[in-house]
Amino acid sequence: MIEPTTTTRAAARIDWNSGTARSLRKKRYAADRRLRFYGIAAISIAVLLLGILLTSLVSTGYLAFVQTHVTMDVAIDPEQVPVDNPAEGNYRAIVADAVQRLFPDIDGRSELRNAVGIVTNGAQVMLRNQVISDPSLIGKTFSIQVPVSDPYDQLYKDVIDRDLPENRRRLNDEQIALFETLEDRGLIEAKANWALLFNADSRFPELAGLAGAIVGSFYALLLCFVISFPVGIAAAIYLEEFAPKNRWTDLIEVNINNLAAVPSIIFGLLGLAVFIQVFGLPRSAPLVGGLVLALMTLPTIIIVTRNSLKAVPPSIREAALGIGASRHEVILHHLLPLAIPGILTGTIIGMAQALGETAPLLLIGMNAFLTSPPGGIMEPATSLPTQIFIWADSPERGFVSRTSAAILVLLGFLILMNAIAIYLRSKLERKW
Amino acid sequence: MTGYLFLTIILFSLAAFYVGRSAATRFAVAGDRLAVHSRPIYHGAFAAIWVGLPALVLVLVWLLFQDGVVRTLVVQSLPPSLTEGASSSQISLFVSEIRNVAAGRIFAEPRPEIAAAAERYASWTVLANWAMVVVALCMMALALFLARVRISPRYRARQSFERALDIIMISSAALAILVTFGIIVSLTYEAIQFFRLVPPTEFFFGLNWEPQIAIRADQVAGTGAFGAVPVFTGTLLIAAIALIVAIPVGLLSAIYLVEFANRRVRGIVKPILEILAGVPTVVYGFFAVLTVAPAVRQTGSLFGIAISPNSALVAGGVMGIMIIPFISSLADDALKAVPQSMRDGSLALGATPAETITKVLVPAALPGIMGGILLAASRAIGETMIVVMAAGLTANLTANPLEGVTTVTVQIVTLLIGDTAFDNPKTLSAFALGLVLFVVTLCLNVAALKIVQRYREKYE
Amino acid sequence: MTQWTLDPETRTTEPASLPKMRGENVNVFYGTKQALFDVNLAVPEHQVTALIGPSGCGKSTFLRCLNRMNDTIDIARVEGEITLDGRSIYDPKIDVVELRAQVGMVFQKPNPFPKSIFENVAYGPTIHGRASAKADLEQIVVDSLRKAGLYEEVKERLHEPGTGLSGGQQQRLCIARAIAVAPEVILMDEPCSALDPIATAKIEELIDELRENFTIVIVTHSMQQAARVSQRTAFFHLGVLVEEGPTSEIFTSPNDKRTQDYVTGRFG
Repeated sequence: MIEPTTTTRAAARIDWNSGTARSLRKKRYAADRRLRFYGIAAISIAVLLLGILLTSLVSTGYLAFVQTHVTMDVAIDPEQVPVDNPAEGNYRAIVADAVQRLFPDIDGRSELRNAVGIVTNGAQVMLRNQVISDPSLIGKTFSIQVPVSDPYDQLYKDVIDRDLPENRRRLNDEQIALFETLEDRGLIEAKANWALLFNADSRFPELAGLAGAIVGSFYALLLCFVISFPVGIAAAIYLEEFAPKNRWTDLIEVNINNLAAVPSIIFGLLGLAVFIQVFGLPRSAPLVGGLVLALMTLPTIIIVTRNSLKAVPPSIREAALGIGASRHEVILHHLLPLAIPGILTGTIIGMAQALGETAPLLLIGMNAFLTSPPGGIMEPATSLPTQIFIWADSPERGFVSRTSAAILVLLGFLILMNAIAIYLRSKLERKW
Repeated sequence: MTGYLFLTIILFSLAAFYVGRSAATRFAVAGDRLAVHSRPIYHGAFAAIWVGLPALVLVLVWLLFQDGVVRTLVVQSLPPSLTEGASSSQISLFVSEIRNVAAGRIFAEPRPEIAAAAERYASWTVLANWAMVVVALCMMALALFLARVRISPRYRARQSFERALDIIMISSAALAILVTFGIIVSLTYEAIQFFRLVPPTEFFFGLNWEPQIAIRADQVAGTGAFGAVPVFTGTLLIAAIALIVAIPVGLLSAIYLVEFANRRVRGIVKPILEILAGVPTVVYGFFAVLTVAPAVRQTGSLFGIAISPNSALVAGGVMGIMIIPFISSLADDALKAVPQSMRDGSLALGATPAETITKVLVPAALPGIMGGILLAASRAIGETMIVVMAAGLTANLTANPLEGVTTVTVQIVTLLIGDTAFDNPKTLSAFALGLVLFVVTLCLNVAALKIVQRYREKYE
Repeated sequence: MTQWTLDPETRTTEPASLPKMRGENVNVFYGTKQALFDVNLAVPEHQVTALIGPSGCGKSTFLRCLNRMNDTIDIARVEGEITLDGRSIYDPKIDVVELRAQVGMVFQKPNPFPKSIFENVAYGPTIHGRASAKADLEQIVVDSLRKAGLYEEVKERLHEPGTGLSGGQQQRLCIARAIAVAPEVILMDEPCSALDPIATAKIEELIDELRENFTIVIVTHSMQQAARVSQRTAFFHLGVLVEEGPTSEIFTSPNDKRTQDYVTGRFG
């Protein structure tokens, strides 16, 4: 126990001009500046990291938005392509002949194989499809532009350094010389790479595209929305407006908040064990992917809906109840219309999260290698993020820039969705 | 066909709506208006919902179970010579072969037993589909009849419709419970299967993790060891590195944004942090492989230190970047929840802003910040794509961040990509790991949510 | 807004004792909105000066100028001069930390930190380095609590949270916290508005005792309180200082019609 002193110590004022007071103040201000500096440093680090992330993606990814093409004349010989059944033609030979015409002065087998290697492996398929769609081409000679294969694409984009010693690059001097003669004749051209968006996946980087992944993601997201949006809103209305406050609803509350934080891979395990193993739904299908994403998005939608309903002032509820509306009518006629902007915004953000989700889709097999887009929700498919994962794992050099490009496409979709959410929020939101 | 069935259900519901409404309109016009309990629109809605909803639920449940039932029946109908002594993975091979044949994807001439089974499979599937259509149509017709009979001026159609809404809402809320229930049951069930094959003591205390054993007899693989300790320590190591990166940066940036920055700086920095938070984790994984790992290795070799290409440092560091905005936004909320009067009280005593922050605001916000850190830890432990792409595959019992370690999530993914067989410890061990992961994150989440909730109540 | 400026002749005479603080031509803006217009007011030492007026009249704004608490509001801007012992407190050379240690403040709502009672009071002396030894610090805490009339009530539970006290006790804790820094002036912003009458009476009694050691400026919306505790009163209306003078004069024979209307309860 401390006895108060008789002298009024509290009245003994600080001499602000004394040396100790001054140096203490200096120290205190220095501590203040330090904290500010740490804060600025932390923010700079975060901004810098985002900058590095985007720079490294753009600097590798932009290359994939153009593709090097070679122009060559092909002659569709009726002897090689039967007029009544163009699908059966020997297009491989036709492409080889066309390449031979590009280089009239080479004759060795290995030299010709080198030369044919400049053109993409998919050239024969592209030619075949073109002839099938227009059989009148048979017997004609016309010029087409086809992608060059990946190493030459990298060469043209200067990713492969021509000055490196021969044994340290993927193309030998002979191959580069062949390619350079084409360059000199002006047959090589870099064009916008629409195949990146409109082709499905391929073993060959120069032909690989995201169409299959985009369609798969679209199906899965559509299903996710169709399930989680109505169910989430219904559950949220019940919990917010009708549920009695007791231990059970407390449990549901904790449960939903926890579900929103459960690692996504757990949902993948659930999908694998329940939807595929127990219910026998098809593996790799957007159906299962959509169901898993819906279960993951459900808690998000429930939480935003409840918050939006909470934000509607109680006076509106009371006013409607006061003129004899039933509780259901109050909700359907008044609360829900007022809460819908918030719900929509939250839902779009939840959908954007679902679009970027990878791990659960890997577990249910949506990382299949597919050369055509899925025709429906029951067919095997990939999604944008799993496609990125597949490409990131591919050894071909060309897939590095394609992975970055695919990420940029994915980020583009995410930015679009978030922009819509922000627009909706600013357009529809009401301040009380 | 299923699509047409859904369309039919919708059309039937619409028809029921018109039948109900027009019936109600007739007696509303004819009779004493006050004697009519509900407005015609409710009679219509009542009819529509009781016609459409049960049929819809029936079809969905039917679709979920149909294939499983047909499959079981087909497997039972296979000749015993084929199924006797066959493991479940062999059976599932048969099933997929039968399915392929039934769908016309024939690569080689199928065995006669399989071909016959495929025929049965196809015909039973068609039969089941038609049965579903017939049952659904009958149900809707019956419901429409019953609804029409009940519609009368004194019938409380609105209450009946609202009761249906209640049922929909309660089942929706129950679904949220069901998801947790499903997770717990499925993980526990498969984990128990696993612990029948591998004793729990080995799993929880064993130091050797080599799960890549043969699923089929013809595969070349190791003998297998399921001691998960190195997997757990690897997970903790990477999560710890992530938190060491993320906590100071996230916390300090939140402090700066809330207490020092003016509105313009906040307006620029907050969206940047939101972008960081919105980047999918697969992108961070690729970033780790493409940029960070080579940079770290080069820096290491500059100082003559050998750094593993998939070191815990890179995986944890990049995961830390992912978590920065998460911690920052939670700390931001916690600091903002401290009442302005605390700031004023401290500043009016002549405290500097830094003293106000470190001595008053942060201690006051500490529960909220701690809750945020626990949630971040839960995320770090459960994060998958970054570690799948940047961390190692082999379990390595080490605390050295420059070596490669593996994590629970990496193992789950590698064990389940490709062949799976639900009677093989390799596949089942993924579910045992999943169960551990779920329980640990559940504890962290619930603890964090409780702390944050109590903290919010304190200042509300 | 010149029509609101006081006519020199109607201005009351200078206060008898030496002014501790003085505001000259103080204008305050929140963004583009002007909250105070050309306020001239002297605060005499060892007296209680009450600022009264209807809500939104600028009395709290003026109070917050006296220890530069308005600095914490981004959009606030202060013009004119305010002096403490003849030195301008808005001089860029002035250290705002030192100023606030000299001019303490007690707020409308009791705002103890979520710490123990002891730590609450010790906070100020600690950051300002008033006590070098632990015993000194304890002495300051006990003295301050005693001066705030709280010591006897809390001496058994100094290490329990300050937030556990009743509203009146919390407010006295906040006064003790301000006293512990040994300020020269204490600003009180409606210190009793959140308290019941008994707690209010205790605080008012305390204010009267504190006058001996400190100069006090109190904002109050209660004219009775102003009449009870203050020696001088200043009446604000619509951002203008209408009239100031000895409390007895303001309440019995105000010069301005608006003051008369307000103190007689016609508006406010």
